[in-house]
Amino acid sequence: MAEFFHMGGYGAYVWAAYAVFAIVLVADALTPLWQRRRTLHDIAARLRRESTRDGARKNRAPTTQDPTA
Amino acid sequence: MNPLVLWFHKLGSPPYFYRLAGRFQPWLYALALITGAVGLYGGLFIAPADYQQGDSFRMIYVHVPCAWMSLFVYVFMAANAFVALVWRIKLSETLAMASAPIGAAFTFITLVTGSLWGKPMWGTWWTWDARLTSELVLLFLYLGVIGLYHAIEDTRQAARAAAFLALIGVVNLPIVHYSVVWWNTLHQAQTVSLMGQSKISSSMLWPLLTMAFATHVYFFASLLARSRAALLALESGKDWVREIALRESAQEARAHG
Repeated sequence: MAEFFHMGGYGAYVWAAYAVFAIVLVADALTPLWQRRRTLHDIAARLRRESTRDGARKNRAPTTQDPTA
Repeated sequence: MNPLVLWFHKLGSPPYFYRLAGRFQPWLYALALITGAVGLYGGLFIAPADYQQGDSFRMIYVHVPCAWMSLFVYVFMAANAFVALVWRIKLSETLAMASAPIGAAFTFITLVTGSLWGKPMWGTWWTWDARLTSELVLLFLYLGVIGLYHAIEDTRQAARAAAFLALIGVVNLPIVHYSVVWWNTLHQAQTVSLMGQSKISSSMLWPLLTMAFATHVYFFASLLARSRAALLALESGKDWVREIALRESAQEARAHG
């Protein structure tokens, strides 16, 4: 096993190359997950803000007809 | 209308593409992971050491597939950029812009692993060899496309500008590919060829081809994931996106109690 990791004296170079390959691709795979979550989060927050604002407007002027009704 | 053309039109619709891509994505990731594991096992355990380079040649199994991908992704990006510019198809803009970071990642891996291979074999981390220099230019092209896309406020205008840059950069592709033929410098010529005989033993070749397959599949998995995330942002005002956002936030609220 030690011989396998030694790679005939080139172990440091070989394993560094494989590590770069793995790290960069894992980072690449995680980026869209994180992007998707943040986008959906932002949209949900905006929708909540809009609905509370509309609610507040309705409370202030109860006689105005609701255009969405 | 021809059913194939009809299906193509349907595919161009963001909600349809989002759903279809979501169904394919996990399978592609799984296939890439499995074939990648098989390829790396073959490359690290089964392939014999090279008679000249010893075990250092095993870097070929990450270096060469990524180098092929750096060119393949660019061709894919440029083809979509062309479609986006000529027919103004939104999905093509999205696909072109989503491929740029993946291509940059593959090009970066190619340069770093090449450098790690160059040190023990050539005695230097870097040299201004034709192949190395043109590959570095390829990385800058990818970064230029990404940078230009993010520098312009209006996303559709940004995508068109970046697509134009991507098309201009196509001139670099034959330079990368033929650099080892045109200039006789440090980087070795290709040993694997699509047409004709490959100059490599089959026990060394099959893990390499398996890795090449795995990286191609991985590219499409990552491309679908990135395009889906980008479509949500692009269409954030549309009803289908609102529905997804509300559903996910409700799920999250339930999960957190």
